[in-house]
Amino acid sequence: MLNNDYIKQKLTEKFGEQVSSFDESYGMLSFEAQKEINLKVLTFLYDDAELKFRFMTDLCGVHFPDNKGKELGVVYHLHNLEENVRIRFKVFADVSKPDIYTATGLFSTANWQERETYDFYGINFIGHPNLKRILNVDEMDYFPLRKEFPLEDQSRVDKDDEMFGRGGTIGFGTEKTDHGTIIESDKHNVGEEIV
Amino acid sequence: MTHPEFNSGNEVWLIKNIIKTGMSEQHIKLPEGSIEKTTTTLNLGPTHPATHGVMQNILELDGERIVSTEQTIGYIHRAFEKIAERRPLYQITPLTDRLNYCSSPINNMGWHLTCEKLLGVKTPKRVDYLRVIIMELARISDHLICNSIVGVDSGAYTGFLYVMQYRELIYEIYEEICGSRLTTNIGRIGGFERNFNDIAFQKIQKFLDEYPDVQREFENLFTRNRIFMERTIGAGPISAERALNYGFTGPNLRAAGVDYDVRVHSPYSSYEDFEFIVPVGSTGDCYDRFLVRNEEMWQSMSLIKQAMQKLEQFKGTEAEVYHADVPEYYLPEKKDVYTKMEALIWHFKIIMGEIDMPKGEVYNSVEGANGELGFYFISDGGRTPYRLHFRRPCFIYYQAFEELTKGAMLSDAVIVMSSLNLIAGEMDA
Repeated sequence: MLNNDYIKQKLTEKFGEQVSSFDESYGMLSFEAQKEINLKVLTFLYDDAELKFRFMTDLCGVHFPDNKGKELGVVYHLHNLEENVRIRFKVFADVSKPDIYTATGLFSTANWQERETYDFYGINFIGHPNLKRILNVDEMDYFPLRKEFPLEDQSRVDKDDEMFGRGGTIGFGTEKTDHGTIIESDKHNVGEEIV
Repeated sequence: MTHPEFNSGNEVWLIKNIIKTGMSEQHIKLPEGSIEKTTTTLNLGPTHPATHGVMQNILELDGERIVSTEQTIGYIHRAFEKIAERRPLYQITPLTDRLNYCSSPINNMGWHLTCEKLLGVKTPKRVDYLRVIIMELARISDHLICNSIVGVDSGAYTGFLYVMQYRELIYEIYEEICGSRLTTNIGRIGGFERNFNDIAFQKIQKFLDEYPDVQREFENLFTRNRIFMERTIGAGPISAERALNYGFTGPNLRAAGVDYDVRVHSPYSSYEDFEFIVPVGSTGDCYDRFLVRNEEMWQSMSLIKQAMQKLEQFKGTEAEVYHADVPEYYLPEKKDVYTKMEALIWHFKIIMGEIDMPKGEVYNSVEGANGELGFYFISDGGRTPYRLHFRRPCFIYYQAFEELTKGAMLSDAVIVMSSLNLIAGEMDA
């Protein structure tokens, strides 16, 4: 019977110090490895006669801007279908040189998922057969899911166009000042059109 | 023009000589290499009746045979993963509606179950059974569309029109429960926004009574239909190994012969209390996918029946339970908001998104109509997800399209596309 402790033991036997940060939150074993050995770990998990993690459920990116030197991460979710055990495996790369080996040789499913990760986070998968944007337009020159692109602040006031619900009639409390309240002198105008 | 070879009808010779003598520059300008090229490029999509959604296939054809294909997706990409990073949990539910919009209740439930796993909310059994009913109804409505569209693409429109009225009945059931039909936003963290009313139960019963005959007739129309069989058997086959390598899940994987079903492997919402069969195929072609989906509809009907029976065991106040008792995450009743202080506070905090979540990472998946629909949720202890990733089965299937259609006929490409059940909303997120 395959359980998390046993997987952990096998991994530390094989890779020693290179695998770390074992965690079992919500029942799923999760660990980190150095990015240089990501393919070795994946191959080991795939080939080992007992582990047999041969189904890649999911691959996605994640960005932690405060983790200096390890800003960009790739998260693999693997599944052993026979024993029905799932694990999560992460590698991290520096944002200035986000090169990580591709898993397409092992899993065909990684192809588009890595393209998606590249598209959103700019992770450069070395050896990928067709690494180009998939969901965004080809001309885009930034990676939109990185944290340096915050979403629009809902209380911003510089956009004042009637077509999209900002501005127009006053009285609903979001249009007038920086902190989102109506100016005192306008209160008698509530519901009237702004000229 | 009295050259002897011209009279013999040697047109290739003629064209070559025209090029050699530079005559083409005065007459027709052809693109470089277009004479030597033996294949045709055909754009199937982005807006084409056969794609049933916005996606593009660039097919390289030799006559009518497909040499290679390339897919372009992302035409309706709406950046849900980014938007979700600034929204409190209950505002993300409407985003999940718009993934696979043929079965949005399953997406909603999957999302609620993910949140409940992260927040540690335990739902009462009655809620689980109500959820099973609504999820299985959604699965039927999704499979019904997919299978009848396979019929449409192989030239049989009748089945599609015939089953459509029963999808309408399912939508009416949604409407009784949550008030909307397509993008349902059904349920809340911890349960449902209101109890199922009597009309909803009556309509579910009506569906259970009437639909089996319709389904049987639908199958009679197709399953042993000679034309349909010849169109679908052997079209777009995939072996079990390749399907697993491509990350197939759901009916498409089961058609290839692997009995992986999230409802059985990691039961959620009390699926372990139910008896049902996981149908599998063998060849993974369009015909097997069709058969597997049909059988799954029967199993779903049986699941709804079992759930209805299980609901009868709840008597008195137990029969009124439709949500867990979690005031931090479940919106209080409106009449309490007007009369009770605590209810007003919770209402305000939930609506304004001022509830802090525990720190943690969770992956949770449900058996969507298309396959394993997963939610990978990283919380940094704030009020919105730090990162939310949707594992969308369609997105993962579609990359196998080239392998499925290589060497097949153009008309097979159309039918493979519909039998994979590609939903643009899910693919592009």
